Amino acid sequence: MFRYILNKFVFFVLAMFVLASITFILMKAIPGDPFVSEKAVPPDVKARLLAQYGLDKPLYVQYVTYLGNLLTGDLGISMKLANRAVVDFIRDSFPLSLKLGITAIFTSVIIGVTLGMTAAFRHRKLMDSTAMVIAVLGVSVPSFVMAAILQWLFAVRIPMFNVVGLVQAKDYVLPTMALSAMPIAYIARLTRSNMLEVLHSDYIKTARAKGLNSWQIMRRHVLRNGILPVVTFLGPLTANVITGSFIIEQIFGIAGLGKIYVQSIGNRDYSLIMGITIFYGLILMTARFFTDVAYGFIDPRIKLGKRKEGSA
Amino acid sequence: MTPQHQTASSADLIVTADHFQKAVVDQHEAEVIERASVSTWKDVWYRLSRNWTAMTGLCILTVLILLAIIGPWLTPYDFSKNDLMSTSLAPSEKHWFGTDDLGRDMFARTWMGARISLIVGFAAAFINLIIGVLYGGIMGYVGGRIGDIMNKISEIIYSIPDLLVAILLVVVFEPSLFTIIFAFCLTGWINMSWIVRGQIIQLKNQEYVLASRSLGASGMRILFRHLLPNTLGPIIVMLTMAVPAAIFGEAVLSFLGLGVQLPAASWGTMINDGTKVMLLYPWRMLFPAIMISLTMLAFNMFGDGLRDALDPKLKK
Amino acid sequence: MLVLLVLMLSLSTILSACTSSTAPEANKPTETQKPNNESKNDPSKETTAKQEFRFNLATEPPSLDPSLAQDVTSMTILNATFEGLTSTDANSKVIPGVAEKWDISPDGKKYTFTLRQNAKWSNGDPVTAHDFEFAWKRVLNPNLPQTSPYNYQLYYIKNGEAYFTKKIKDSNQIGVKATGDYTLEVELENPAPYFLDLTAFATYYPVHKSAKDNPAWANEANTIISNGPFKISSWAHSSQIELVPNEHYHKRDEIKLTKVTAVMLEDTNAVLNMYETNALDYIGPPFNGGIPSEQIPILKQTKKDELVIKPQASTYYYLFNNKVKPFDNKKVRKALSMALNRQLLTEKITLGDQKPAFAMVPPGINIANEEFRSQVDGNYFKEDIAEAQKLLAEGLKESGLDKMPAFTMKYNTNDLHKKVAQAVADMWKQNLNIDVKLQNVEWTVFLDQRTALDYEVARAGWNPDYNDPMTFLDLYTTGSGNNDLGFNNKKYDDLIKAAMKEVDLAKRQDLLASAEKVLIEEEMALLPIYYYTSITLIKPNFKNIYVDPLANFRFDRGYVE
Repeated sequence: MFRYILNKFVFFVLAMFVLASITFILMKAIPGDPFVSEKAVPPDVKARLLAQYGLDKPLYVQYVTYLGNLLTGDLGISMKLANRAVVDFIRDSFPLSLKLGITAIFTSVIIGVTLGMTAAFRHRKLMDSTAMVIAVLGVSVPSFVMAAILQWLFAVRIPMFNVVGLVQAKDYVLPTMALSAMPIAYIARLTRSNMLEVLHSDYIKTARAKGLNSWQIMRRHVLRNGILPVVTFLGPLTANVITGSFIIEQIFGIAGLGKIYVQSIGNRDYSLIMGITIFYGLILMTARFFTDVAYGFIDPRIKLGKRKEGSA
Repeated sequence: MTPQHQTASSADLIVTADHFQKAVVDQHEAEVIERASVSTWKDVWYRLSRNWTAMTGLCILTVLILLAIIGPWLTPYDFSKNDLMSTSLAPSEKHWFGTDDLGRDMFARTWMGARISLIVGFAAAFINLIIGVLYGGIMGYVGGRIGDIMNKISEIIYSIPDLLVAILLVVVFEPSLFTIIFAFCLTGWINMSWIVRGQIIQLKNQEYVLASRSLGASGMRILFRHLLPNTLGPIIVMLTMAVPAAIFGEAVLSFLGLGVQLPAASWGTMINDGTKVMLLYPWRMLFPAIMISLTMLAFNMFGDGLRDALDPKLKK
Repeated sequence: MLVLLVLMLSLSTILSACTSSTAPEANKPTETQKPNNESKNDPSKETTAKQEFRFNLATEPPSLDPSLAQDVTSMTILNATFEGLTSTDANSKVIPGVAEKWDISPDGKKYTFTLRQNAKWSNGDPVTAHDFEFAWKRVLNPNLPQTSPYNYQLYYIKNGEAYFTKKIKDSNQIGVKATGDYTLEVELENPAPYFLDLTAFATYYPVHKSAKDNPAWANEANTIISNGPFKISSWAHSSQIELVPNEHYHKRDEIKLTKVTAVMLEDTNAVLNMYETNALDYIGPPFNGGIPSEQIPILKQTKKDELVIKPQASTYYYLFNNKVKPFDNKKVRKALSMALNRQLLTEKITLGDQKPAFAMVPPGINIANEEFRSQVDGNYFKEDIAEAQKLLAEGLKESGLDKMPAFTMKYNTNDLHKKVAQAVADMWKQNLNIDVKLQNVEWTVFLDQRTALDYEVARAGWNPDYNDPMTFLDLYTTGSGNNDLGFNNKKYDDLIKAAMKEVDLAKRQDLLASAEKVLIEEEMALLPIYYYTSITLIKPNFKNIYVDPLANFRFDRGYVE
């Protein structure tokens, strides 16, 4: 087990390094000068600005400094919002995104699994089709369309919720709905197909033949084997929720990291874009790392302690 | 080869040599399969065609693709021609889907948008397919140390968040059709390569491959002739997921202002423009949104059906 | 299994909170009350005329340090929280600010300001001439941890540029000196008749001495000390800023609003929905995410009392690259300019009552406290398709071309610019049969390419820095950092140079008018399209809240009726 975790951890670190390097290279490849302004900036002012951000040094020096700073958790200073450290932006905005994200993840898992299970147990019946239609609708409507419609419908036409903000508990409803629609659909389908597979498998038939009642079968076999694969989906789910937050936070005026990120893209605030990209990468890779480790514990097929040969 | 049944009559029970006939062993006849041979693909198609959801999906897709090809010519209006005297008209007999802010015909634009969106979707999926199959094929077939290293490289690339890199790429290079497709291909091929690898590792030790190898077939021949065709099923299912993913990805980029640029317009950019005037001129968002939703729906329905059809366990 | 159970339990609590609030209510309102009744809910929120004002600032202000700010978002907050030596009224005319009065030497190079003695910082400290000297020298300081990107606004001051570029070391040689607590003497490099407009500008605001020890003083609400009508009571980054009156402000009795909230929202629908549900009192420019042009015709009908459209002293125009073929030929440039239908463009595309532009300097810009445009006729050319076709043919012949080559027109990424570009390209196609390729470019890259003359035709717009035609006309002199036309014209340069030195106001006006005539009528170095308007939605009971001609959003003397 230790070896397995260590292995995954080495990946984690390597992948972070690659992401950091790619981000660096891409940001340096951008045409255009970050300090350009419509009103001409005198050359000496520009030179001072470049020096201030260390952009006057050779690239390899910048790269080494950049990696060194990353190790100490220093993501640099915003180029457009004067004097503010990237870390401060993350500190201010991430808690909001996190709260919304966790709500969305929980909602997606619960509703998704419920829908998927219902569909599987009522396989080829009306409930199955209904659940799957809901699920497919979830993946079919772009989230920004759904968010815009939800907002207009439930905050303007029928003023039940606030248009924007994330202060009261009820403020979570609309953004969560918009954010969870797609993951719900994925999880529902994933659960359904896993459950179906399990329900049709020989060991369930054996269990039934042994005379176990359906509740026991459900509890001992079906649930466990049917739902566990959802754990593997947690990595992509996190990614999905983060991507969704770029859009949803914008529409619902939530000052989360997603909104800041989109804004920094609009501003071409390179140090902020870089910093947040790295931070998102860290979160996603951490989520994946834990998924891997969790899966290692759960799935008996991953032989703990023994090195797996790539032959099977 | 069906045995000749001797109808035994009670009157004649004595068996003499005359009763026997020498069997002629015809080498050719011996090999004839009398029951119609049902190839895997025919079987899959048979099962698929019985699945009404999958067929509905396929029909919708066919119609959409057809309209993307001929749609712009079905109306006399040019998709890019301005008509400032008839801006933002509601759908009518003249303009079936209404007009936009510059008086351009939305019907023509919707199908031009379909072209772009479908091109993004199919091109990204196709490139992912090529890279994924090649990389995965080699990774699985060669195996051993090299395969291991290749696998690790792909794992590292996989853990890089795809949309982040896509956004960065499009920010750095201008958001052209090419950049957008390229951005979706950076990490998109990895899943494909893993599926191919897994399948190939499973298949390559099977008897028929061993047989082929002992007959002296080259590695490439084995890979392309035996191994890859047998992994086609999962690959196709994967494709039905990759196409809509790229179409949706482009729509997200459009929302961030990083979608395809003039004079091209995709469904994503049209929806994004339309959402801003959603309440005033709902048709400007509605038609492209319906089309993108239909596409998603169709791909999902078809993909699900295909997966069921390809899964021998679900054979009835 | 256990983990999952825990997950589910914690979830169900969240969910129950969600669903219980959604499910029952989702049905109720539709059944019991008609959606039209929604207006009934609103007065309950706004029964008493609370003196509170909420507007959309769109984005986080990049900096609330007057020395570092250079954008309209930051300026909006700064204008309400700080006060310079002078200030401006609703017509952008100069009125006294911290300075009670001032004397100008006959050569126009020396200003002596007398400061009012009752001006106070928000912490109660008096505002003195030393605070101005400190602030201005801080802007020009080349050794600050953060360089002021707008510091050349202070190059008018004697030795300002020399000190920043380290040609001189001694900051005492800079032409600003507090000769007493309430007397400030300023020496200029050249006479600048608009210097009093400049002193109302944010870069010239005073800064409290505490900034010396804390370079990041302007990052958080609790460290900002300001001297204007309002002070910042809270600043939730990227979310909202709250302002309350500065109790120490010398004209405290003029300030009626008790609270101002600036929210930062960019999504067009969300902003309009907020306004619709009475969560905002004002939306519109000068900020991004204003009112989409297509909404305007509808709003003119549905919100007649709330939609306010006012001219703004800014010009929307296209640049010709005067250095490349065939745009180096003035007949070609004139042909392109005359082949447009600006009236149609503003009526059908921009939709905001913008006025077609046939000159560079927009209405609303004053010269000697009179509007320049009403003194000098701004119709330097006429739209005429036949004439344009003729000129184009002649111009092409002179350039040795038999057909206008297809060219690329660049614009910075923006919905409105995109629409205008498409419409203009279509007019050229229809009227002159020219094929134009449109290319949008990201802002920073766009500016780079424009500066490097890496374009054929490109979009541009100019907001005045100060209220004088010079802010528009000195852009295109040879050697000007803002000359991204590649336009070098001796006659034009000489006229501008003469106007800069001219002390006689009537002569100065003639010189500037002649320069504009060269730029547009004779050379058509650029292609004017329209003069901006500010399009705003404001609840009708809010008074004295406006966008001034220089595009500053002012609410400091606003009140609720």
